[in-house]
Amino acid sequence: MHLLLSPMQQTDKLISPSVNWGSLTPLLVLLGAGLVLLVGAALSARGWAKGLYATLTAAAAVAAGVLQFVLWNSTVHHGPKSLVGEALVVDGPSLFIGISICAALLLAALVTDDYLRREDIDSPEVYGLYLMAALGGLVMAASNDLIVLFLGLEVLSIALYVLAASHRKRIESQEAGLKYFILGGFSSAFFLYGVALVYGATGTTRLRGPESIKTALALTVETDKHRALLVVGVALLLVGLAFKVAAVPFHSWTPDVYQGAPTPVTGFMASAAKAAAFGALLRSVVLSMPELRDDWRPAIWVLAILTLVIGSTLAVVQTNVKRMLAYSSISHAGFILVGIEAAAHGGESGDRGIASVLFYVLTYAVLVSGTFAVSTLVGRSGDGAHGLDSYRGLGRQRPVLALALAVFLLAQAGVPLTSGFVAKFSVITAAADASSYAIAIIAMLAAVIGAFLYLRIIVSMFLEDGDAEGERVSIPFGTGAAIGISVAFTLVVGFFPGWLLELARDAATRLY
Amino acid sequence: MIEVIVFIAASLMVIGGALGVVLRSNPVHAALSLVLTLFGVAVHFVSMEAHFLAAVQVIVYAGAIVVLFLFVIMLLGVDKVEDLRTEPMMRQRYLGPLVGVGVLGLVGTAVIVARGRTIVQSVEGLDTVGHDANVKQLARSLFSDYVFAFELTSVLLVIAVVGTVLLARRPNKGLQAAREKAGVNA
Amino acid sequence: MIAAADVTPTWYLLLAAALFAIGCTGVLVRRNPLVMFMCIELMLNAVNLSFVAFSRTYLDIKGQTTVFFVLVVAAAEVVVGLGIVVAILRRRPSANADDIAELKG
Repeated sequence: MHLLLSPMQQTDKLISPSVNWGSLTPLLVLLGAGLVLLVGAALSARGWAKGLYATLTAAAAVAAGVLQFVLWNSTVHHGPKSLVGEALVVDGPSLFIGISICAALLLAALVTDDYLRREDIDSPEVYGLYLMAALGGLVMAASNDLIVLFLGLEVLSIALYVLAASHRKRIESQEAGLKYFILGGFSSAFFLYGVALVYGATGTTRLRGPESIKTALALTVETDKHRALLVVGVALLLVGLAFKVAAVPFHSWTPDVYQGAPTPVTGFMASAAKAAAFGALLRSVVLSMPELRDDWRPAIWVLAILTLVIGSTLAVVQTNVKRMLAYSSISHAGFILVGIEAAAHGGESGDRGIASVLFYVLTYAVLVSGTFAVSTLVGRSGDGAHGLDSYRGLGRQRPVLALALAVFLLAQAGVPLTSGFVAKFSVITAAADASSYAIAIIAMLAAVIGAFLYLRIIVSMFLEDGDAEGERVSIPFGTGAAIGISVAFTLVVGFFPGWLLELARDAATRLY
Repeated sequence: MIEVIVFIAASLMVIGGALGVVLRSNPVHAALSLVLTLFGVAVHFVSMEAHFLAAVQVIVYAGAIVVLFLFVIMLLGVDKVEDLRTEPMMRQRYLGPLVGVGVLGLVGTAVIVARGRTIVQSVEGLDTVGHDANVKQLARSLFSDYVFAFELTSVLLVIAVVGTVLLARRPNKGLQAAREKAGVNA
Repeated sequence: MIAAADVTPTWYLLLAAALFAIGCTGVLVRRNPLVMFMCIELMLNAVNLSFVAFSRTYLDIKGQTTVFFVLVVAAAEVVVGLGIVVAILRRRPSANADDIAELKG
């Protein structure tokens, strides 16, 4: 890039932004691994040894995660900073969500390896797309410009459309891809129109820092002329992002897409895509438009309540476990929105809200990856056995697997001594701190309603007898490792939540 | 005066084409109506002195994207394409016109309220002097302020290529045959 | 009366809002995925028109640069979307006699 720019710089006095390569390394590692994988796979006639693609992907995920820890340390010492001419920022929330996405990528790569072998698909492209999708997610969580955010969103979304449709032998997978694509494109258009109107009202698309939306708002918010344009723009941004996080009433794609997509991809969607979309919501609206909070906070409030209530209640009436988990992911989005609503209050309680959102996003990403990893195994070859009856008798047939799933489900239900409990608790206390009592109470009720769903699966695993002739569920190494990591994380954070809460709180205050 | 006539003529193209896309039942007719809209938008770009974008609009949109649409329709056959149905938003169909009118009302009101406002932040100004001023300015903006975004589009294009390969490729027969052979030998 | 007025960016913005609304309605009411893609393209074009109009208002090139990115995104989206449609239609049994008999031509 430098080589390309420097001659122009001399002739035309183009001032190119300085590039801090060190802080870009997490992105470069993911991109580099993706390109190596794609080129390497294309050049070798017979394909690489089995498992090498997944190993490379997992290694890249770990490397990107570690690099973000290193960046976190330098952020603690030298403070947050912006990169490449204010396009990106390196600060607490961006790194925290980036690490969540890398964790999701690691778990997804481990599960996908066994899945592809079982389904007899050989596709290095799948891993390339995973890596690029994670890159897009990282960019979304770290963007400081609405255009960069939009491009990150598209990188993530387009990769996910293809991944959802990637199971060539199942027509459901391709139809899920199509549905996801149409609604994704639709919501992107809304988001983009929102960007256009915000640009029209403020004259910039930069979020924070000098000459940004934040400073423009501080200057011009009193003129009502701009305000109308700005409010409509923010509303459209929220509609676009609400589609991506699957908040009610923009959730209708979720059950179909989650059910149809290959199960490891569903897990990646529920973890990484949700984390990235919440990162984007935090960055684009909550952190950059505090002056306008009286206008957009009620919208978040309504979204949170609708999502909690409808997600939890509709989950209970499903019979397909993947659909149940889809509705459960909707209700989790509702809980995270409760945290966002608390973050919207600003000040001390706002910081606590941001911290609770970050904590929830990380723990949920690991939790849901583990849950879908178990679901991948139970789906058996063909990826079709996702009815509740497929789980019947799992406790007798595969006690360890059933126990792991029970841990995940209890954690999702918010049972104490699991990470899910701490996450729900911190979100609800953040809401109560910000004196949003109504929303805190509704969140607690939704947690109780939602618990029925998880108990239903657990009951059918342990207390009901399965049909004997069904294919025995096998537990390959990679998926087993992914499930093991998720269980360990869920329990460790459940028993000793202090350090992670502290980290999240620290991250929430280190803003660019 | 001439500006107003151009605006009205191009707007009729845009709206007429858009209505054609939504109302014509044959996908080929819809695609051709889309061309009309895209040309209308290109005319608007020219009258707003965004010359480079007008050219790109015609070349990329009308030239490549619509041709791609038509190509796919022809490849698969019009009958088959018409047979393809999807219902991503069940029970929300009747909401369509309502949502459309709602968006129009909201944005329209906001735009009218914000009419004739002053410029709030200092900006460099659009340079329209010289035959390639627009292109130069665009390029400078692209490679300075938006250089990261520009690099990101390359990732987007890689994904599009890889994704299409993944979706459109038939299962690798040669590899399967080799594997079966190896299995027989073993 | 119209002839007396100048063409201000507000005109373009209203036109863009109308175009966006038509595209949005189209996505919601049409059932053919290809036509739905086209309606999404209409929405993106409305956004482009707004960006250029705002770029005029502010005498600022950034709005036009953004349109450039939107064009790239639109192209990438269409490629992937059409890829999915082709993949679906190729998987369906090609000689679907019942469907062909029912088609009206």
